[in-house]
Amino acid sequence: MALKTTEVEAKGGRSRHRSLGLSDDQALRIYEVMRLARAVDERMWLINRQGRAPFVISCQGQEGAQVGIAAALRTGHDWVAPYYRDAGVVLWFGMTARDQMLSFFARREDPNSGGRQMPGHFGSRRLHIVTGGSPVATQLLHAAGVALASKQRKEDAVTAAFFGEGAASEGDTHEAMNFAGVHKLAVVFVCENNGYAISVPQSQQMAIENVADRAAGYGFPGVVVDGNDVLACYEAARHAVERARRGDGPTLIEVKTYRFTAHSSDDDDKRYRPAEEVAIWRQKDPIQRYATYLREAGILLGPVEEEITERVNQQVDDATEYAEQAPDPTPDDLTTFVYKQELKP
Amino acid sequence: MAVKTVIEAIRDGMDEEMARDPSVFLIGEDVGNRGGVFLASDGLYKKYGELRVIDSPLAESCIVGVAIGAAVNGMRPIAEIQFADFIAPAMNQIIEEAARFSYRTAGDFNLPMVIRAPWGGGVHGALYHSQSIEATFAHIPGLKVVAPGTPADAKGLLKAAIRDPDPVLYLEHKRTYRLVKGEVPDGDRIVPIGKADVKREGKDVSLIAYGLMLMYCLEVAEKLAGDGISAEVLDLRTIKPIDRAAIIATARKTGKVLVVHEDTPFAGVGAEVMAIIMENAFDALDAPVMRFTGPDVPAMPFNHVLEEAFMPSPEKILAKARELAAQ
Repeated sequence: MALKTTEVEAKGGRSRHRSLGLSDDQALRIYEVMRLARAVDERMWLINRQGRAPFVISCQGQEGAQVGIAAALRTGHDWVAPYYRDAGVVLWFGMTARDQMLSFFARREDPNSGGRQMPGHFGSRRLHIVTGGSPVATQLLHAAGVALASKQRKEDAVTAAFFGEGAASEGDTHEAMNFAGVHKLAVVFVCENNGYAISVPQSQQMAIENVADRAAGYGFPGVVVDGNDVLACYEAARHAVERARRGDGPTLIEVKTYRFTAHSSDDDDKRYRPAEEVAIWRQKDPIQRYATYLREAGILLGPVEEEITERVNQQVDDATEYAEQAPDPTPDDLTTFVYKQELKP
Repeated sequence: MAVKTVIEAIRDGMDEEMARDPSVFLIGEDVGNRGGVFLASDGLYKKYGELRVIDSPLAESCIVGVAIGAAVNGMRPIAEIQFADFIAPAMNQIIEEAARFSYRTAGDFNLPMVIRAPWGGGVHGALYHSQSIEATFAHIPGLKVVAPGTPADAKGLLKAAIRDPDPVLYLEHKRTYRLVKGEVPDGDRIVPIGKADVKREGKDVSLIAYGLMLMYCLEVAEKLAGDGISAEVLDLRTIKPIDRAAIIATARKTGKVLVVHEDTPFAGVGAEVMAIIMENAFDALDAPVMRFTGPDVPAMPFNHVLEEAFMPSPEKILAKARELAAQ
């Protein structure tokens, strides 16, 4: 069942976040992480276009979906299996702007991979972020496995798996949802539908309008949410997480959203989508929209917003300066960690 | 010490490890109530229940991908691929994912998991129930590949694989399951991964093999003894990491080496063994290193004439070994 944002907003009015169980501080924290994800991303593009780093892949436009859903999980307890755009998810789960920049510059200290992977390939055992590769949809099966282990040990951790609507076409997506449905695993599948898989529009990806409709085929509910309404994303995720934690099984949440940038710094989106379309979606920016709500709710007051802006800018500046000067891996690092137990030559 | 078949040794190995460590579990097609199509897990479902012996959907990528996730979250899965021939749908999960978790996170993640796969031919299994897959996977850094031949090694290497912190592809030769019997030491005996084993000492020629071909080479060595030729038989047991020292030692000892495998020859394990010998023991050779393998055809056909034409047999290996010894 899709809820139109206007209806949701009407239900809660100016205290909508409180009716969802979020304190003013929590509501502001969500806003700040969205801002931080955006600011780090914008800085990366700047540096990339200056020729100081080879590659960037973006979260811009999808921060509401990412942070809204991650905020419904228990950090340090629950697990996430993100995909390459999920900067908002991993920042909520404990990664820092420095971590992001260390990965962007591929430094030795990059906590995701020690500079081995392209940016956006997140992973941290400590933070319960499952490492990801570049072939899409594989992480959905990993999420099902993480959740299976929780079930086997009778623990109540929930695992959220994030993917794009392009990855929905992969066989692993089907296999993961089928397995999670059979075993009623505590998984929340989150499809961030931004309308394009690089250049291929959704209409060439599938014959249906809603990926969420497929959930019926796996025996669990699917919901469609306005992905640019962060509180709607939080609300849908909270229901799904509660359901999973109760032992009632998975939910597929499809968030309808849009990416503001090209697929990556190596892509030219003008070849496949009109500038007017991008401009229309930029008017629906989840950060601006949430800021408007918070201002109307009376909690994003002038000084508060200035403080947030200052903190975000300071973190991005610090992270950039720190990471750009951080050491590269050495050639000796090429051959380490092929195995946990290093093999003798 | 009891005499066991290979399949019994594998079952005992899984049973003992599951009893010892509650994080060990089995997932695969028909492994539950049915006990596996070869009965490798017979009785385990009743003993350990549905949360530790899981009948998976008929989906190999799912079996391996779920095992990866469970290993991330503190479990030690044994993922059974019903026939090695059916592993292809899981190759993305094995090669791009399992083999790289440690490397791509600079050691932050590791995956203690075993992928068991019945392999090999001579069982009227035709194109899709007979294949050898070891060379394909041995090529992948981050994976370990073992291929025991005897019941004792099957059990000891399975225990080692389950306790290993990295993904291990455990290959069990179907034809040996009930054909090969042998004494299995009582108690908790581990056969270390990466160690070959001289199964028969000799001084004139070396036969290097693994799996069913090991058993054939032992027969061949016995026949060669009748000719007055002393053959050493080296069982690789582990394909990756391969025991270079043991290969070099036997090559230096006899100066004549025949590598035998059922898999096709091109870029195969035999080629790697020959390269190791050329790089490290060339000066000790009395003849060019030889190999005897299955032919370079897609897989072995169903018809018995064609299957026999594909399979290396003790007779064919003996002829090749005599040719080598005569040089």
